[in-house]
Amino acid sequence: MSKMPKWADAVLIPLISILIAFFFSGVVIWAIGKDPFVAIKTMVQGAFGSTQGVGYTLYYATNFIFTGLAVAVAYHARLFNIGGEGQATLGGLGVTLVCLAVPWPHWALALPAAMIGGALFGAAWAFIPAWLQAKRGSHIVITTIMFNYIGAALLGYVLLNVLKVPGSMLTESARFPAGAHLPTFHEMLAPFGINFNKNAPANMSFLVAILASVAFYFLIWRTRLGYEIRAYGQSETAAKYAGINPARIVIIAMLISGALAGLMAINNVMGEAERLIDNAVEGAGFIGIAVALMGRNHPIGIFLASILFGFLYQGGAELAFWESIPRELVVVIQALVIMFTGALDNMVRVPLEKLFLAFSKKKEA
Amino acid sequence: MSVQNEAGRQETVAPTASAPAIELRGISKAFGPVQANKDIAISVAKGSIHGIIGENGAGKSTLMSILYGFYKADSGQILINGKEVHITDSQAAIAAGIGMVFQHFKLVENFTVLENVILGAEDGGLLKPSLAKARKLLEQLSDEYELSVDPDALIEDLSVGHQQRVEILKALYRQADILILDEPTGVLTPAEADHLFRILEGLKEQGKTIILITHKLREIMEITDTVSVMRRGEMTATVKTAETSPEELAELMVGRKVLLRVDKKPATPGKPVVQIENLRVVDEQKVERVKGVSFEVREGEILGIAGVAGNGQTELLEVLGGYMSGTGKILINGQEIDLSGKHSNGQTRRARGISHVPEDRHDEGLILEFQAWENMVFGYHHAPEYQKNALLMDNAGIKAMTQKSMDKFDVRPPNPKLEAKSFSGGNQQKIVLAREIERNPDLLLVGQPTRGVDIGAIEFIHQQIVALRDQGKAILLVSVELDEILSLSDRIIVMFDGQIMGERRPAETNEGELGLLMAGITDEKTEEAGAQK
Amino acid sequence: MDYLTIIQILDSSVRLATPLLLTCLAGLFSERAGVVDIGLEGKLLAAAFLSSAAAAVTGSIWIGLLAGIAGSLAFSMIHGLASITFKGDQLISGVALNFLAAGLTVVVGQSWFQLGGRTPSLNGAERFSPWTLPFSEALAKIPVIGPAYDELISGHTALTYLALLSVPLSWWVLYRSRFGLRLRAVGENPSAVDTAGISVVRLRYAALVIAGVLCGLAGTYLASLAAGFVKDMSAGRGYIALAALIFAKWRPWYALWATLLFGLLEAIGNRYQSIALGDIVIPVQFMQALPYILTVIILAGFVGKAIPPRASGQSYVKER
Repeated sequence: MSKMPKWADAVLIPLISILIAFFFSGVVIWAIGKDPFVAIKTMVQGAFGSTQGVGYTLYYATNFIFTGLAVAVAYHARLFNIGGEGQATLGGLGVTLVCLAVPWPHWALALPAAMIGGALFGAAWAFIPAWLQAKRGSHIVITTIMFNYIGAALLGYVLLNVLKVPGSMLTESARFPAGAHLPTFHEMLAPFGINFNKNAPANMSFLVAILASVAFYFLIWRTRLGYEIRAYGQSETAAKYAGINPARIVIIAMLISGALAGLMAINNVMGEAERLIDNAVEGAGFIGIAVALMGRNHPIGIFLASILFGFLYQGGAELAFWESIPRELVVVIQALVIMFTGALDNMVRVPLEKLFLAFSKKKEA
Repeated sequence: MSVQNEAGRQETVAPTASAPAIELRGISKAFGPVQANKDIAISVAKGSIHGIIGENGAGKSTLMSILYGFYKADSGQILINGKEVHITDSQAAIAAGIGMVFQHFKLVENFTVLENVILGAEDGGLLKPSLAKARKLLEQLSDEYELSVDPDALIEDLSVGHQQRVEILKALYRQADILILDEPTGVLTPAEADHLFRILEGLKEQGKTIILITHKLREIMEITDTVSVMRRGEMTATVKTAETSPEELAELMVGRKVLLRVDKKPATPGKPVVQIENLRVVDEQKVERVKGVSFEVREGEILGIAGVAGNGQTELLEVLGGYMSGTGKILINGQEIDLSGKHSNGQTRRARGISHVPEDRHDEGLILEFQAWENMVFGYHHAPEYQKNALLMDNAGIKAMTQKSMDKFDVRPPNPKLEAKSFSGGNQQKIVLAREIERNPDLLLVGQPTRGVDIGAIEFIHQQIVALRDQGKAILLVSVELDEILSLSDRIIVMFDGQIMGERRPAETNEGELGLLMAGITDEKTEEAGAQK
Repeated sequence: MDYLTIIQILDSSVRLATPLLLTCLAGLFSERAGVVDIGLEGKLLAAAFLSSAAAAVTGSIWIGLLAGIAGSLAFSMIHGLASITFKGDQLISGVALNFLAAGLTVVVGQSWFQLGGRTPSLNGAERFSPWTLPFSEALAKIPVIGPAYDELISGHTALTYLALLSVPLSWWVLYRSRFGLRLRAVGENPSAVDTAGISVVRLRYAALVIAGVLCGLAGTYLASLAAGFVKDMSAGRGYIALAALIFAKWRPWYALWATLLFGLLEAIGNRYQSIALGDIVIPVQFMQALPYILTVIILAGFVGKAIPPRASGQSYVKER
């Protein structure tokens, strides 16, 4: 009965959608008077041409895996969490408080503690919109966006009035103790005789992100909680019939989502900056939406989409440097990817379905 | 429409009195891989009532939607009064004098009757004159056809019977000469249905042509002049109603001989499984839906609840099923259960031995996007036998179990990995039934077990329910189909407006008496009526 | 706080409420027709950018206004394409449009003006000038009423008066015209409209055109008020307008009061960078976040439950 083979639905449609999105991105580059092909070349070279580029690409990808998983968990419960930005911001605060609280002797102790800190703060920031959605029916899209603004204001206050080093001119926290330093790819790969660039920020968190992806898979498709999240996402009335408590699922799914977004801070705050600065998230929370949509809310898809966006982000930085195209170009590409893989899905799907139908009819005949 | 412009040329082929009001030739329509209509031809005489009968999915509604311009046929011709018309959209159908009353009413709930009537047929950009004109015309139509409704009432405040009148008024306001009604009696009491038929007779006398789509043989026999039978997208026969019988029609519908009665032994009820005392239910809109209901169901019996949809049966099932709260007292096997909803839900009820085949399998009983095996544990997904360890579910074990259940309940195709939405209505219902019956419950709640199910599956489902009864289980059956209630139940109670109107034994009652109870005419009143006669 | 201060705060409330009101009415038409429009924010931003770019280049804010409306309309039509024609997810489409606006305005702005994503600042005829109502100066001397007339009622730009005028106009269109009846019907039950022989698609596109024009007005107003375009200058106003719409229960007059309330809060926040209550000093960041916090509080439904148009957010698919 199904109109299309599974692989077409899972791989072909997103692929075509992305190509269309890239085509229009090229049009934008061309329209502002730059050569799209030169731009691509610059981006590829910048992102993959050296271990430094790769290190940056994977560093950004790590951020996006966390935020992409965050959006995806919520989306399985049909909740649109646009608050990844704020949740990751607060996660940064949690990680900072943990890292500064104790003179950590070794990263192996600091990392789990920081993960708990980041996840807890991220989850806490998701809790209020979740609770309001579950109990009062408040539109979670708007509330999570509002919490992004409120989170930014809160962080501004905390940085300025609590965490700022007295006498310093910079609105940033103190540097984390040396024991909270996460091994970078350079340090991790040196024992294997691989000389990875020393300045690239990719670090241990990348492995944590992969572990989180695996855990995500088991959670969603193998556990009772995941079953209930997906069931609720498909039909709230059916969930009630089955004895699944909708409010509980909404809150739990959003807590997990917020925690995953908050976990991102072990990468950007602990792994890279090693202190808390303003606007450390740099839009990664929003990119999570594009990554989740493109990755069809599946960890493998999210991983691949994250690498792609890591490339765009790093390549975009190179573009800004060499071609003086603003970094906001990445936001444009991100918007086009969301548009074509998300909202305009049917534009690709319907003709493709017809094509497959005609094809299968021909086969029969 | 260019009828007037071409009047001169049209003269020679001008409609004659003998031309049929509607003639369809070679209509075909496919939805993707599904052929919904295959080369359909019918002809309906002016001023007659023509029935179209067929099972669910036979293509009746699709055909009428084509006639009303809701879908475009892949091929074929439509002739109105002997002249070919091209019905590209509903606007064209309305212009051709066709009106349609859909099964699910197409009314704006928070608009008034008047606003609904003029919607799309306004005179000019301002509402005021249109409303005034409609008000006048509505009065005339009401008197003429027994179609009285308050023009200023909001649709959501009207009974379904009255809402249906608004739909008919809408068509008449647009000066329809041909009226199509799709399953019009599904939501009506027998008395309301009789009233509707009187209205239709009246319209027929005025020269209107009526097409009645139904799956109820009785209605066809009662009111139509001619009848067409559809099966699997094809028109299998068109006959004069006076020259056929329900048995013949049923056979034409299904393609083989059909057992219209359920074979079952007399019940041997044991001790009560469920005892309900003074149950009251108030819904989210603060409307009291169940108003002090008391009854019991015993081991080895089927208690049928008859009633028009929306008289508290749904809420009764939902409270028993654990996902709506109520007040009063319910005992299961002698033990009181929580009705407040604070300490109970669907899962705690299942643990008490209550299984539930819900009324709406699409919105409640199944997750359509889930595969069959995932649906086969829906609601029981916490059961220990479905777990691999403390964390993970035993997906492989569930698939194996599903395969067995599918074979046993003859689910086709027997593929556990197929998504629920890919099964036909009957097979979906078998999946739900298999899940609920295989848990070996003490009490089975069944709501509308055969809604949207083909006749073959109906027989199978009825047999399974009777078999469960014969194992000594208690069964509470809710159905709006009186035939089903009468043939399956060992005892019948009738609900109206949240109350029990009376209790009957199927052998000692008939559709007429139950119909009166369903309309809220209580025992005393029926007795009075009987005495007066 | 003296009388004149109150008048000044109220005056500034009206100024700040104007773009919210226009945006809120845009959302009202869109959602009444059954199309949820999270993309109001993006439309505001696009209109603000294009209008100030055009005004800076041509020297006329009126040409800017046309450009702003055109940009906003283009975004509206993309939303229509995704959510009406291709029956896509309306939330996702709106979110994508917001990002598209946020990115494109800076990328294109940099390419056009090389000012880091800003447009040149607007002066003179490149901005709307205030309208002084008749007798304003003469009446100003009369106590109480005078300053209120002079400061509060007089002296706004044309767009503010247009915004205020569009409230009764919207009401009239919605409840007294054939178009309004059909529009409300399509947001409640599109199949009723379809079976009545009216095109659901055309009606919904019409609603999006109105929304596009209104957002274009609002965006241009923002640009004129701030004397130019700055990156992300809409600052969540599109979302706040949506919250106000819910607060207003999708009704034009309520929308006026709701947006005035948000305008008042922003005005207070702007005037008092920090407020000292005894020993406790309310920090400036809190005052900045106040409109967002209030939005959440209002959405929490502490003001009563609102029922949205029944078909809003769903694309219309004919049922079989």
